[in-house]
Amino acid sequence: MSQADFVVPGMHCAGCLRKIERGLPEILGVSAARANLSTKRVHVDFDEATLDNAALVRAFQSLGFDAAPFKAALSGGERDAEDKQLLRAMAVAGFAAANIMLLSVSVWAGLVSDMDASTREMFHWISALIAFPTLAYAGRPFFISAYKALRAGAMNMDVPISLAVVLASAASLFETIRGGPHVYFDASVSLVFFLLIGRYLDRRARSQAFEVARNLLALRSIEATRVDEDGKHHLIESDAIEPGMTLFVAPGMRVPADGVVLSGTSDMDTALLTGETVPEAVAPASHLHAGTLNLTGPLTLRVEKVGEDTLLAEIVQLMEAAEEGGGAYVRLADRLAKAYAPLVHVLAGLTLVGWLVLGPDWHVALMACVAVLIITCPCALGLAVPVVQVVGAGKLLQQGVLMRRGDALERLAQVDTVVFDKTGTLTKGAPQLVEDSSCDRASLELAAALGRHSKHPLAKAIAAKSNASASLQDIQEFPGNGIEAIHDGQRIRLGRKAWVCGDESEGHLGPELWLQMGDAPAQAFHFTDELRDDAKATIDALKAKGLDVHLLSGDRAVVAHHVGAALGIEHIHGDCRPDDKIRVLQDLKEQGRKVLMVGDGLNDAPALKTAFASISPASAADLAQASADFVFQGEALMAVPQTLSLMQKGYTLIRGNFALALGYNLLAIPLAMAGYVTPLIAALAMSSSSILVTLNAMRLKLARL
Amino acid sequence: MNALLILIPIALVLGLFGLAAFLWSLKSGQYDDMDGAAERILLDDEDD
Repeated sequence: MSQADFVVPGMHCAGCLRKIERGLPEILGVSAARANLSTKRVHVDFDEATLDNAALVRAFQSLGFDAAPFKAALSGGERDAEDKQLLRAMAVAGFAAANIMLLSVSVWAGLVSDMDASTREMFHWISALIAFPTLAYAGRPFFISAYKALRAGAMNMDVPISLAVVLASAASLFETIRGGPHVYFDASVSLVFFLLIGRYLDRRARSQAFEVARNLLALRSIEATRVDEDGKHHLIESDAIEPGMTLFVAPGMRVPADGVVLSGTSDMDTALLTGETVPEAVAPASHLHAGTLNLTGPLTLRVEKVGEDTLLAEIVQLMEAAEEGGGAYVRLADRLAKAYAPLVHVLAGLTLVGWLVLGPDWHVALMACVAVLIITCPCALGLAVPVVQVVGAGKLLQQGVLMRRGDALERLAQVDTVVFDKTGTLTKGAPQLVEDSSCDRASLELAAALGRHSKHPLAKAIAAKSNASASLQDIQEFPGNGIEAIHDGQRIRLGRKAWVCGDESEGHLGPELWLQMGDAPAQAFHFTDELRDDAKATIDALKAKGLDVHLLSGDRAVVAHHVGAALGIEHIHGDCRPDDKIRVLQDLKEQGRKVLMVGDGLNDAPALKTAFASISPASAADLAQASADFVFQGEALMAVPQTLSLMQKGYTLIRGNFALALGYNLLAIPLAMAGYVTPLIAALAMSSSSILVTLNAMRLKLARL
Repeated sequence: MNALLILIPIALVLGLFGLAAFLWSLKSGQYDDMDGAAERILLDDEDD
């Protein structure tokens, strides 16, 4: 009995789950199947003697799902473990914080009533017994990060957090041993708990993006058909493909490696790579890229590049490179920490020295120093950003916009340039038949009847226009050219201009199909990829905000300029491959611009990652969505300027919150240095400043879009 | 005072019980597929 995981991207609902989990075990050799809708993977237990991966993929296909074996070893298995580790730390810290706070409140109440010293000491000891194991376990993410930063000679928010937690706990333990009235176990443990919540949420958003990228790697066609010199076909693993081999690609299969067509003609769906919806016709000597889908005719190809060298692998590498580079943005909070942390440490040090010199004894000095560290500990600072983010994300969600990253709000609020992808972003992404006076009803109905027999997207677009049926005999599809049939004794053809009427000239700008019946003059059908209804309004709204708008397209430059002109966009870049898009973005970056990228195709994914901030529609490729900071639902492009306005308001509130938190510190630090702060006052001050910051953030709820 | 000696351990044990339950549910994979769990509730019970 063996086990395997399969990536099944088409799984969306309860019906799919049931179909797979009931359908697979009916196959001889499969004992159980368990689907995971979040990761889009299915875990299968099967008998090795009767089945292999290829047979299971065919079984998935017979159920109506595309599937590919997922090798857990592909990388990143340890990431799940780290996620769970963080969640466990959060749970432990939550348990400890709740129980210690329960004891602390009793002590505080007891201080003004009749709690005797022995009860108080017992409560302190119980708190200490809960706090130390908890901090040793749940505090590690902060301690490790602070240690790494210090060793690299840098400073981050984790340094003052770790210092405050460690010193406060140590001093509290000391106070507990000598029976003193003031301990800070509650402050240190709840600080760790709240900070862990923020860290876990941030981490989870990033993990989701990572999982989608891993699925994509698995989707690269996993098996290939090798053609030997004697013409025999052999199934081989994609790992075994080598340059120079001859491979056979049947219609409906994805191309396993980059190469050149030796024989056959077909139409290739290249949407995965270019984002364009109109298929590319290929013939002998055409270049094929791994990951493209063969739509219509069988092909043989000679392999030129495999594995890591293919265009698809290159996109994945570009993404990874962009991800590493993207970490360069330093959050406002971290920039503040750089200035704030040393200042706090100096003040705490001064307090210690001052009280040692002037005060009665050294443990008073130590407690005053700890009080300064606790009261300055960035609780309000730590809340200033996350609360605005949570409120902002909730508000966006009501508008159908999903915020995918924590720091996205800050970044989006600062952009000064917007770059749009064309197909699928500014346009609707599906070709539509242009019904003008040049197409008469009779030929449209005939074309629709014929188009129904083809998988080509243009033919499908025509077929959708009419339900009329016509008597057609001898229907035959000519891959890469079109479709032919006999109607009323006459030959009719629907397809490429050159094939239908033998005319090689390129007349029309957009995609087109031609129909000819017998010897009658040929009839043209034009298609356009219609602009989204509010595309023009969106561009105008962005310009009114004073933003520069660019258009970046993988489509031909003429088409890009045509669309750009219609929308009033001045800066237009056509014919862009994924790496060209990145280059344009980097040029803009070098000019000191902060760029918002709006795109949907897989080919846009690296650009989305490279840009300062990014938005993609929910219709986008999975990887594009995973790369984007924001994903908007629905057809309305207006979501882009709306999101932008809301995030700008949120950013103003964040800065207001920082001002509040710093103002609170200006008041509290002198008190703490003077030794007036007890744990009760610290707890009150910390919560009141946190509440103030939270209330301020709530104002974002009132913002009108 | 004597009541506290009994009540505090009880409170802590109850809390630990909740913590253990959460850690167990995490370990047994109940949070691995939140989307799937939301959809599965729509499925009818198996008849067989």
